[in-house]
Formats: sequence, C-alpha cells, structure tokens
Amino acid sequence: MNSRALRRTALLAVVATTSAIVLAGCAGGDAGGDSSEGEGGGETLTLATFNDMGYSDELLAEFTEETGIEVVHNKAATSNDARANFFQKLGKGGLADVEAVEVDWFTEMMQYSDLVVPVPDDLKGRWLDWKEAAATDADGNLVAYGTDMGPQAVCYRQDLFEAAGLPSDREAVAELFPTWDAFFQVGADYTEKTGKPFIDSANSVLQGLVNQLEIAYEDPDGSIVAADNPDIRAAYDAVVDKGIPISAYPGQWNDDWYAAMAGGDFAAMLCPPWMHGIIAGEAPDIEGWDIANAFPEGGGNWGGSYLVVPADGENTEAAQQLADWLTAPENQIKAFTNAGTFPSQIEAQDSADLTGYVNEYFNDAPTGQIGIDRANAITVSTYKGQDYFKYHDALQNAITRVFDGLEDKETAWETWLTEISGF
Amino acid sequence: MRPPRVISFSQKLSKWDLKFSPYLYISPFFLMFAVVGLFPIAYTAVISFMDWDLVRNSGEFVGFDQYIWILTQPHFWTALRNTFSIFVLSSVPQLILAIFIAAVLDRNIRAKTFWRMAVLVPYVVAPVAVGLIFNAMFADKSGLINSWLEVIGISEIPWHVEPFWSHVAIATMVNYRWVGYNALILLAAMQAVNRDYYEAATVDGAGPIRQFFSITMPSLKPTLIFVIITSTIGGLQIFDEPRVFDQFGRGGAGQQWLTITLYLYDIGWGQWNFGRAAAMAWILFIIILGIGLINLLVTRTVVRDEGMRSELGKRQQKRAARAAKKQVKESQR
Repeated sequence: MNSRALRRTALLAVVATTSAIVLAGCAGGDAGGDSSEGEGGGETLTLATFNDMGYSDELLAEFTEETGIEVVHNKAATSNDARANFFQKLGKGGLADVEAVEVDWFTEMMQYSDLVVPVPDDLKGRWLDWKEAAATDADGNLVAYGTDMGPQAVCYRQDLFEAAGLPSDREAVAELFPTWDAFFQVGADYTEKTGKPFIDSANSVLQGLVNQLEIAYEDPDGSIVAADNPDIRAAYDAVVDKGIPISAYPGQWNDDWYAAMAGGDFAAMLCPPWMHGIIAGEAPDIEGWDIANAFPEGGGNWGGSYLVVPADGENTEAAQQLADWLTAPENQIKAFTNAGTFPSQIEAQDSADLTGYVNEYFNDAPTGQIGIDRANAITVSTYKGQDYFKYHDALQNAITRVFDGLEDKETAWETWLTEISGF
Repeated sequence: MRPPRVISFSQKLSKWDLKFSPYLYISPFFLMFAVVGLFPIAYTAVISFMDWDLVRNSGEFVGFDQYIWILTQPHFWTALRNTFSIFVLSSVPQLILAIFIAAVLDRNIRAKTFWRMAVLVPYVVAPVAVGLIFNAMFADKSGLINSWLEVIGISEIPWHVEPFWSHVAIATMVNYRWVGYNALILLAAMQAVNRDYYEAATVDGAGPIRQFFSITMPSLKPTLIFVIITSTIGGLQIFDEPRVFDQFGRGGAGQQWLTITLYLYDIGWGQWNFGRAAAMAWILFIIILGIGLINLLVTRTVVRDEGMRSELGKRQQKRAARAAKKQVKESQR
C-alpha cells in the first residue's frame, strides 16, 4: 500500500468513527422511551422511579404474570435526579412509559399537565380527596395516579421522656400534643429540665406548621401572597421564638443531624411513615423509639408521590394499565410492606394488612393504624403553587440564619422579603 | 515570458491533496467542536436574551432583562465574592505547595516513581467522594477536625456558618485534589531544565535556594503560566466542592459558600430558568476572560526571563524564522 492510499484509508476510518460516535450519541438519547417487543414476544414497558417506592421485582413480576407485559424498572438514586431527567425530556420524548413524580416538584409538573395522559374517569375516587384535588388541572382532568403520602405523627424516645419525668406510654404521650402551644411547652419543659434539645430540627417544625395552612405563599388564582400572608408570619414567629430554643439543628439531613440520630441526642421528631425506615436505619442501636398517635392541631401531610404517563410514550394504553395496577389499593399495600410507603388510596385503609401492621423497631407500635388515623386527621391540603419550593426554601434559610446567629429575627425576615421580591 | 505550462489532472490532484488533506485530517475535531462546543455556546447566547421554557422549547425575546436581573441580585455579588475568596484561598497555597513538592521530587530521592505516583492519588479520587469524606471531617458538631481542635484547646470552628471558615474548608478540599496534579506538571517542566545550569551554578558557589530562584523558577515560566491559567479557570468555575459541602448544595442559608457556578446551576436546574442561567453563563465567561488576561500579564512580569535557552533575542529569532520560511518557498518553486 503506498502512502497516499494509506492516507485515504485512514481518512475513511476517521470519518467512519466520527459518524459512528455521532450516531451512537443520537441513539442513546431515546433508548429510554422504547416500548419495543420484549424477549418473550410480549410487550415491554419502562417504569422510572426514585429512592425506594416499594415496587420490588416480585411485585412487577406479578404484573407480568397477569398481563404478559414485561416491565423494565429504572430507579434513580434521588428524587432530584429524577426531577432533572423528567423536565429535560418532558414533551421531547425519551421518558419512561410510566414516570414517578414527587410532591415537591409535582406542582411544577402540573404546568405541563397537557403533556401527560389523563387518568381514566372510572378510577376517580380511588384516592383521598386532597390527593386527587392536587392532581386535577384547570380543565378538571385528573392527570396523575397517587401512590403514597406522608401523614405525620410524633416519634419520641420513651426512655428520654421517662428520664425527664414526662409520661412515656404511647396513649399518654399522644395526649401531650393537642396544640402547637402545648407541643412547644412540653419541649421547653424538657429542655429546661435536661439541658438537651427536645426536637431534631427547627425547619421540620416549620414544615409541620406550613403543611397545615390552606394558603402558603401563592393564591390558587396565581397571585403571590407570601409577604402579606399573616399565617406565614405567625408560623415564622412560632418557629423562631419557640421552636429554635428546643431544636438540636436548624435543618435535617446533614452529617451532624445523622450523627445525632445515631447517638440518640434528641427526644422527639415529627415523622411521616417514610421517616420510620430512616430512623430505624440510622439509629439501629438506639432502643426506646416509639410513636404517639398524635400531631399538634390535627394532621399534616409531608411528602408522597404520583405516577404519570407521558403523552408521547409509544404505548400509552399499556402504560395506563401499569400505572392503574401499581396504584391499585392491594398493590400499594404490598409496596407499603416493602418500603413503608403509606397508601393514599381510600380502600387500602380498610385492609387488614395495613390496620394490623406493627413496627417492631418502634416498640411494636401499630404504625399502620396510626398512619390511617393521622391521614384521617388531615383536613386541609396546602395549596402549593409552581413556585412553592423557592419561597419555602428561602424561608427555611431565614430560620437557619437566625438559628446560626448570623441574623436576628427581624433582619432575617427582612432579608427573606428582599430575596423573594427578586423572584 | 514564460512558456505556458500544462498541468495534468493527476498532478493537480496531488497538489490539492498536499494543500487540503491536512485540513481534512484535523477536521473531525473541529466538526465535533462545532457541534458539541460552538453550537451550545451560541445557543446559550441566544437563550440568554429570552424568557425560556425548557419543556416546551420556546421563548420570548426580552433583550438584556436577564443580564440586568442577575447584576441586580445581591446573591450574585455574594457569589462573586465567595468565588474569589475560595479561588485565592485555594490557588495561592496550592501553587506554592505544588512548586515545593515538585522541587522535592526533582531531587535525587529513593523510589522516585512511587512518590510521584503517590502525589497524584488524591486527584484520582472522585470529587464527590472527597466531598463526603471532608464533610464528615468538617461537620460542625460531630466532625473530626473540630474534635482535634478541642483536644489542643481551640474552640469549635463553625465551618458551615461563618463564610470565611466555610471557604477555608472548601479550599482545603480543592487543594487536596489539585496539588498533586499541579506538582506533577511542574515536575515535568523542572526535569526539562538543562542540568548543566545547575552544575555551573554549583561551581560558581550558588546554594540550592539561590539555584531554585535563579534557575528553576525562571525556567518554569511557560509552565507556570499554563498552570495559573488552568487553575484560574478551574477556580472561577468551582462547583463540585461547594455543591457537596452540605446536603442541599445551594450554598448555605446565608449564601456563605454560594459560588457563581453553584448559583448558575440553581437558577438553571433548580428554578428551571434557563434564560437567566444562560445570561449568567455569559457573565461568568466574560469574568474568566478578564481574570485570565490579568493573570497572564501579572505572571509575565513577575517571573523573570533569565532562563531563556536561546542566545538570540526575540527580534532576532523572528528574523531567522522569516528567512528560513523564504528559503523553503524558494526551494519549492
């Protein structure tokens, strides 16, 4: 081969490689959206979730057995990863046939409710009112299948309560927290007596208070009321004046918070059912955790998810079938026993599997029944508009600044006002 | 008058081959760069003038509104301050340490390769892993560093509260990762210095310190410029370390460690406001360009030129190059 021919061959090789790379790049982009023929000749659907929603391989195998449709399950590590992926591909193709959406970014998703397939009418009424109301768009279409929810209760440390001279059995502790004032009073007494923090974090208290408001930062008509809403100011005042002095940390999920949980440094936590697994997992050596069937001033929901079917999927009918099946009461209960994701379906709440469920770690507390009672106590569903997250995050930061001593109460509030005026 | 020359097609072809083939060979890179580099940059510029909806891929032209919005945000200025603070706290000690380590490795020591590979190990560790480890160490209450400090009688440092201390903690992570990398680059440059100079200097009676400042440093100049510019770009784009410094990755409740890229990321991927994020990216681009230029000028003047290996001056070199070119052309004719 002379040198010129060699050169030509090399050139050809380079061009071929380049185009192969480019083509591979394109192909990679929409691999997720395939709903092609599966191995057994049947259909294949893709399902994308995050964390652990309780959809185990065994559960999905049951679906395959019933319908002959294979399910490929992609699990994102965190809900944030799932969120980034979801909004990048929504409306452009490439999403899974069924996608899980967390309540934190569910309202953002609702802006694009026309890009997902509505839930068939005959399924309406499967979920609790407020769970359905949040997933109903302006045209009255229910667009998402509710999975779990987070009816909050109070988790407490029996041993620490007893040592501080407080009642320690489940029923008696439940009596302690009829109102937030009573809750803060118990906390103040505990802190005074022991010199230790009562509750884990100030911002989880804010979370509890805000989740009991009908309107937080935005009006359902779209106007912003954050700065003028007296309820928000009242929640802020309560947390700063009474919550901070009894809290161990400003927020949750940091290294110190985890370390304190493992070391058993605080006596109580506001806990939705999905928190039980976190406590049990992080503090395996701590004995004495228990759950009181109570939440100050009724009930409050924290967290939960939905499933949606993107409208540009290749087989939306089968995808609807899968979403329907996964959120059917009996299957959601299986998910609950798998991962503690508390069902948001009305019928699920009568099931003996749920009512009879006890959690060994929490001193055999009947967490199933507590969850049902706490869910029934929820009377308001906070309106969370598309910008809820931004406002709430900024307010949490204000509380953290006061906690850390960076700013005093009024300055931190003023800073919050300036910050949100820039949104 | 010259007789007209007839050029055969094959001759023409070989002439074209000579002329255009090199461009063809290098074209894959530039084509790829145009697709994955140039296009996004231009697209970002377009989006930065729009109120952009990522999901629906449409936008409304708003002119310079997004730029004005960013420049009027107090968070932006805080982020700028933090970025520079972290940049200075990391780059300066990092370079000094890297030069020192390189100088040590340049000596005749046992198990040279082992030591050289050892300094590179931190660079191999994924930044997120570094973040996790350092976070456990820098935790305010349960952290290892604070408990050490307590042992020697210093009170706990609020790493996640005071802006300065948070910058120190983040700069530590950055330094941990990059010192070895920079040291190896500088070492490579040091090895290229002609050993005769050192011999001559030793004969002249110069000690190791004098040799370092009069021979090694000046010879390092081009490499130093490279290292300083890359670390400037890296420093101003710092993201991983402050992102993993707490669990939310939004720079702290009081924006103590919010950096420009962190802010950019939050506006883009947190608030889904790509118009503003794009404008921010362009502002960052301009800042980096400016700082890079300043750095280049400063480095050029600060590090002296003594180590030039050619005896000719710059002008003479240029003249020689021109003469050589002319000669080549003539011989081709």
